[in-house]
Order: sequence, then C-alpha cells, then structure tokens
Amino acid sequence: MATTFEVNGRTVEVEVEPRMTLADCLREVLRLTGTHLGCEHGVCGACTVLVDGEAVRSCLILAVQAEGRSVTTIEGLSSDDELTPLQQSFRKHHALQCGFCTPGMITTAHALLSEEPDCDADRVREVLSGNICRCTGYISIVEAVLDARSAYRKGDGKTEGKPG
Amino acid sequence: MKNTFIGAPIERREDLRFVRGRGQYVDDLAPEGLLHAVILRSSVAHGRIRSIDASAARGLAGVHAIITAQDMPGGPPIIPMRLQPLPEFKPFEQPVIAADKVRYVGEPTAVVLADSAAIGEDALEKIALDIEPLAPVTDREGATGSTSLLFEPKGTNLALIFRAERGDAAAAFRDAPYRRRERFKVQRHYGLTMEPRGVLAAWDAAAGILRVFGAAKVPFFNRRILSAQIGLPETAIDMVENDVGGGFGARGEFYPEDFLIPFAARHVGRPVKWIEDRRENLMAMNHAREAEADVEIACTRDGKVLALRGHSYTDMGAYMRTNGAVGSRNIAQFMSGPYRVENIDIDVTLFMTNKTPVGTYRGPGRFETDFFRERLFDMVAKDLGIDRIEFRRRNLVADAEMPYRLATITPFESKDELDSGDYQSTLDRCLAEIGWSEKQNLQGRLIDGRYHGLALGCFIEGGAAGPKETAKVALNEDATFTVSMGSSAVGQGVETVFAQIAADALEVPLERVRDVLHGSTAYVSDGYGAYHSRSIVMGGSALLDAVEKFRAALRTEGARRLGCAEDAVRLGDDRVSGPDGRALALKELAGVAAEGFFLNKKHTWTYGAHAAHVAVDAKTGRVDILDYVAVEDVGRIINPLTLKGQVIGSLVQGLGGAFLEHLVYDEHGQLLTGSLMDYLLPTASDFPNLRSIATDEKPSPINPLGAKGAGEGGMIAAGGVMANAVANALADFAVEPRELPLSPPRVWALINAARAYPGEVATGSATRICAKEKA
Repeated sequence: MATTFEVNGRTVEVEVEPRMTLADCLREVLRLTGTHLGCEHGVCGACTVLVDGEAVRSCLILAVQAEGRSVTTIEGLSSDDELTPLQQSFRKHHALQCGFCTPGMITTAHALLSEEPDCDADRVREVLSGNICRCTGYISIVEAVLDARSAYRKGDGKTEGKPG
Repeated sequence: MKNTFIGAPIERREDLRFVRGRGQYVDDLAPEGLLHAVILRSSVAHGRIRSIDASAARGLAGVHAIITAQDMPGGPPIIPMRLQPLPEFKPFEQPVIAADKVRYVGEPTAVVLADSAAIGEDALEKIALDIEPLAPVTDREGATGSTSLLFEPKGTNLALIFRAERGDAAAAFRDAPYRRRERFKVQRHYGLTMEPRGVLAAWDAAAGILRVFGAAKVPFFNRRILSAQIGLPETAIDMVENDVGGGFGARGEFYPEDFLIPFAARHVGRPVKWIEDRRENLMAMNHAREAEADVEIACTRDGKVLALRGHSYTDMGAYMRTNGAVGSRNIAQFMSGPYRVENIDIDVTLFMTNKTPVGTYRGPGRFETDFFRERLFDMVAKDLGIDRIEFRRRNLVADAEMPYRLATITPFESKDELDSGDYQSTLDRCLAEIGWSEKQNLQGRLIDGRYHGLALGCFIEGGAAGPKETAKVALNEDATFTVSMGSSAVGQGVETVFAQIAADALEVPLERVRDVLHGSTAYVSDGYGAYHSRSIVMGGSALLDAVEKFRAALRTEGARRLGCAEDAVRLGDDRVSGPDGRALALKELAGVAAEGFFLNKKHTWTYGAHAAHVAVDAKTGRVDILDYVAVEDVGRIINPLTLKGQVIGSLVQGLGGAFLEHLVYDEHGQLLTGSLMDYLLPTASDFPNLRSIATDEKPSPINPLGAKGAGEGGMIAAGGVMANAVANALADFAVEPRELPLSPPRVWALINAARAYPGEVATGSATRICAKEKA
C-alpha cells in the first residue's frame, strides 16, 4: 500500500505491506535506525516516536496508520552540530549506558517536557515508567529530565521537526 | 603534562552517538542481498523428534532455504563450555540444533531463510514438526525422583556436585553450643538485555573470510569455538563487535545461533541476519539464579560463627552452556561472603531439567548466597539475643587477616583469597549514612498503615578474572593516538574509561586519544573480553603496559632516525629529541605502535555494606523502599560517574530479583512468562530512593592501577537486605521470608499465614498490633 506521511519534517511516500508496523517502516524502509525495538509488544518503550507531537509506540501502530501524520524520531530531535539541552542533560547525568533505550527515553521525555515543562519528579517517574531501561536504574534519567526542564520553559528544547 | 583524568567524572564519549540515535547495533546493519533468518523452536519441553516436514514452507514465495540437523553432515556440532569445562559436563553440552530429542521449550529445530523476517515467520507456521512427548522434568524432585532422563546414556539427571571445604566442619558442629538449620530458595530469573540478541554473518567466498557481526563479551573465545565447528581457521573469521545493548553476563556467550547463522550464510552464499524477538529472548537467552539452600550454621553463644555446612541444589535447565556452572560453583565459594568462617563444608548439586539452560547473571552465585547467609545471620542474631550489626562485626574478616583464604572448591580445584579490605569501615559508613541508630525506634512500627523495617547486609564482589588481557597503542599521523583493546563493550563505557587511562599514561589531553577500538577480533592479537568485572583491571593494566612498550618503541625509532643511542633519546613536549638538540615532531613518527599485556591469576575483591529502610503495606503486601544506601570500597576509582551508574544500575537489577522478576514454568515445562507483561522488570517509579557511596580506601595490591572490578556489587546484597527489612518490618507477625521474589502476593500470603496461625507467632500478638494501630 502506498502511504504518505511526514518524517522529521520531510514528506515521504512509502510502499508497504498493510501488516508492517511503523517501527519496521522507519527502520527498514526509511533506514532511520535510531528507533529501537526492544519487545514489539508495547511494553518497553524503546521504539517511542512522536506522532503529531504525542509519544507513541511505533511497534503498536501500522505504517499505514501514519498516513497524513507527522512523525518525529530521535533523528529529528538531533542535529550534527551540538546536542540539544535534553541530550546534553542525559550525558551530564550519565542517564544512559548501553544506549539502546535512550532514543525512546528522549522522545518520551521530549513529549512530556514540551507539554509540561514544570512537571515534578513524580510526574517524570510516572511518564517514564512506560519505558524500560536495564542499565541505569532510572535515577539518573529522572535527574536528567528534571534538569532539562528549564530549556523547555524558555522554548529552547524544541527542535522538533528539524531534519537530522 | 601530568593529567588527572583518572578519578574525574568525565562525560562519556559514547553518549555523543547514543543520545542522537546514532549507535549502530547489529540489527541496524542491512548489507546488500541480506536474507533474514527465523528459528523454529520446540514448543514441547521434552520429546523425541519423529519428523520435520518443511516442504510446504519451502514452497512459499520469498523463502530461500530451510536448515535442519539433516543439513549438517556428521551431526550438529556441540557447544563446548568456556568456564569450568569439566569432563563430567561433556554429556550435557548442547548441540547447535536439535537432532533427535528436544529438551526445552525454545530449543532450535529448524532455521528458515527468507527475504524478510515476516515471510520467515509465515514459513514457520507451515513447517510440520512432529514430536513424541516424553515425561518432562521440571524441578529437583523430578530430576532425582522420576525415571525420565534428559540424557539416557548418562543414566542420571545429576551433572555434578561442587564442594567447598575449609577446616573441619564436622568437628566444629559436634562441639558447637548453638546451631540452626534453614532452607531458602531463589527463583529463576535472568540478565535480560534491552537489545535482544542478534547475529549477522557474511561469507566472502572470494577472500575466504567469514565476518560475524553482533559479537559481544568474549569474541576471541567464540571465534575459537566457531572455527572448530565450521572448519575454518581462526584467521579466516572476523568477529565484529557493534554497539551492544546490554550484557549482564547473558549476552555474548556462544549460543546455538552463533553457529547456525554463520552456517546459514555459507549455506546460501548470502549475508544472513537473525534478530531475536522478546518472546524468543525470554526462552532462549541464558536463564539464571534458580537455587535452593539447606544450610546449617554453628556458633558460640557470644555470636562467633564456628562453621557453615549444608547443601545447595541448582537447576541447570536442559544443557550445560558455556558458563552454566559458574553460579553453582560460586554458591559453594561465597556462602561465607566477607565473614571469617574457619570451617566450611558446602556441597552444591547441579541437576538437569527440561527448562531453558542457565548461564551467568551479574553477581552469579553471590546474589543467591548473600540472600541465604544474611537471612540466616539475622535469624541467628535474634536467637542469640545479639544485635544484628554486632553479630556481623564480630565475624567480618579483619584487615589484618588479609589476604584471607576462602574455602577450596572441588572438582576443578580452585583456591582463592580476599586481597585487601577494611570491612568494618564500609559497615560504619553505611550505618552512618542511613542513620541506623536514629531509625532503630522505627523497627516494626506501624505508621500511617505501613510497617517500617530496617536491615543491613555485607558483601564482597570478585573481579578481574585472568589469565590475560591485551591492549595496543598506535600513533596516528595527526599526533593523536588510537588505543585498541581486547576488552569488550557491553554498555559500561569502556571507550571513555580507557581513554582516561591512556591519556594519563601518555600525558596527553583526552581528545588526543582519538579512538578507542575494542571487542572485534581484528584490532589486537588476543583478547578475553568483558566478564567477571574484569575490563578496567585487566584491560586498563594491559593498557599501561602498552603505553610503556609504546614509549620504548618510540625511543627505538627515534634513535634510529636521529642516529643516536636509545638511552640518549628524550621524550616530551610532543617531540622525540636527541642529545645534539635535533628533534622529531611526534607526528613524524606516525605508525609507531606497541601491544601490551597484563597477566594475572588473582582476583580483586571490592567490598561493602548495604542498608535499607522499607515500609510494608500489610493489606496488599507491597514493599516501598524509603531509603537505600549502598556503600562499596572499589580501590582506585577511574570514573566516579560511570561507577555510580554501575552501582545503581546493578542495584535496581538486584531489586528486580528481590521483588519482581520470575521466570515461571508449569508442570509441563511450558514457560508461562513469555512476554514483558508477565516477566516484570523494575520501572522508573518503583525504586526512586537509592543512594550509592563509593570509597577508595584500599587500592588493589595485585594490579598497577590499584583498581578493582566493580560492576556487580550493587546487586549482590540486594536480595538479603530486602528480605531482612521485610522480616523486621513484620516482626510482630513473625514473618520470616525464606524465598524470593518478595512479590506483593507472597508477602501478603506470609502475613496472612501468620495471622491464621497465631500459635506460630514467636513474638508479639495480634492484640498488640491492634493496640499499636490505635496508638
């Protein structure tokens, strides 16, 4: 099926089987491999992307369901020159080890902070509890997200849609 | 330039790619002409294969080949053990694919190669796998009591008995004024990694080179296995390490797929990739930890431990895998932990069942024994009327007793000794940090509907397994350096810490250590990899040697070019200078390189104490951690940032083992926890109140860095501390947890059993509890 949607600010048209998930489409068809697959049943959150600004598990929706929507992946939240405030904060707080869950953590945190730049630690924990990390024990991730709030209050955190 | 990168909280260089989603994991590779492999796994725990009919599947468009044991002339190769490769284990080693029998749910029986994984999965459904079921063996009783045998020629389901001996336990028990015997149990769980396993193999027929991507942990060892199995010299095989999404002991051992995928790639002459899905991962990756202990302690009345004896029983699953015996061996060795126990007689029986085979999981055997021992110690201290901290103090090995010999393990006789440590000091620090004395009035108290409890446990963590590690330093044309390591990355940040060590040793800015290459077999002549918390100690020490040899090589080359004697050459200021004032800029000597080694037969021993304050809701069985302090002396600290990450990360894994994680089987050998909805992992909201404190009082005397392995300590004490904290919180109910995990239903059941049979309540009463509730 031909499907057209926007990925990281760019319109793409892909020819996919109806059964193909958005995650597989991003990774295999569009070769955006920053979106990772940790369970393919919607529990681990590693594949989280933004669909029209909302955090969505790309393993739980089909590529054809993205028709007409705007999808942002970790690549769209990154630039070549420097790290975003959220990415810098992850590095500063050592909020990642193997890096596999990190894109999903960052997309989830970005969606949260974009909507709620004043959220407290409990709220961060609640939202991130849908993303599993096996390395860090989460404490540093929560610290990193809290520390990045100021950038979102000023509007600096928003790099959404910027081509990677 | 004297640097102090060692010891500084340097931000990781790895992060620059990971936070942008630019890491490259094995599933991110997609070479031209790639085929995808999917594996048909047995759905029967124990049975005889009658037939595999793949004709319908072969006819499916997009299916290129289906491989079974029939395609392997001479039968499927057997995977040898890497650690403790005793002859007794030989009959229990795993073939790479089932030929006649299947022995666990998840055992590979056929490999489908297709244009996509989806088509491959379609094909799986069309393969008719006919298995004659046999009686499954799913527990110790079945392994010893039933007539069903996993390996008929062997005549038994028992693989081996390890024994730990020291002194004369029988005599010590005969004369002991106090004894207590208890039974404990730790559940099956495992080192689940966020990135499932994966292998991509490509056979370059023209060059005669087999390239295997997705290597991890022990690529050099795995190359030796693959070389023997597939009939290619080691020089014709490149093992390539990509970014690795977590190790924890489980990833990177040689699994069936590590043969099947390279074999498939040669079979079809195209690159083949296999990526495990999560359901497969839960049934195919090494399981761990399932152990029982029936252990007895002898003490004097004033609380000196005289002896430990008893039996442990460990469930190996269906085969002895590469490191399958490590946890059992360690249970024998670490029952005494950091304590002075002069008389020990512990045996550990390894038995086979129709469940997924086991391997190591971070802190193997140590997590289990800390639970057994620390639980027992709290019970004994209570019996003897001695404060639980004082009881531990009286028995901790003293600094003056170092090196302190541990019990000797047989077979595969191994003697080991604790290298250094001031165990009282970390205990003191832990008590001070948690506010132990101030919080004692909370023990067992009911506050706002929850019972409060505090507990403390001590531990040791072994690290730095030998025999060798290799490192190489090379000078680049821009006067930067490339460091190559035989160590492997599993997410722990080796690129950063090795850059710190190299920059200090070379006396250059950190950025001048341009590349830190690791893991793949092409970089250095030999390597041993990442296990037993060995990377920094072994790899870092090898790197120091490499820098020294690199300096010598620089002198040799400088002397040759400058036409002077080597000892007249001076190194410094990015120049190589001769006695006559002539000098070469460093970059003119690009290409100079040297390999260094570190050989070591001893282990390092970090040590410490954990203390926790919990609140237990008696109505639901839920346990909340209000405060948790982990104190560990790790010798010389290389990077406090990554160290803390290791401690908190492993602590949360330990808490997962204490409360949540459980691989459950039914009586037919079916895995009931085949998804992350059933296999519960800690999440961000579960354990927010954890603190770690690292000290560096006792550098290791056995390596030039003074470093000790420190990747596992966070989890070792967690099970015992949590069980004791719950017991103390629920002291009025006389609840004594003897089994993990302490899931809400189990804690609730313990409380209700105590309420239903108040006659068994040793101290306190329901009336007293009600009175307290009112107060």
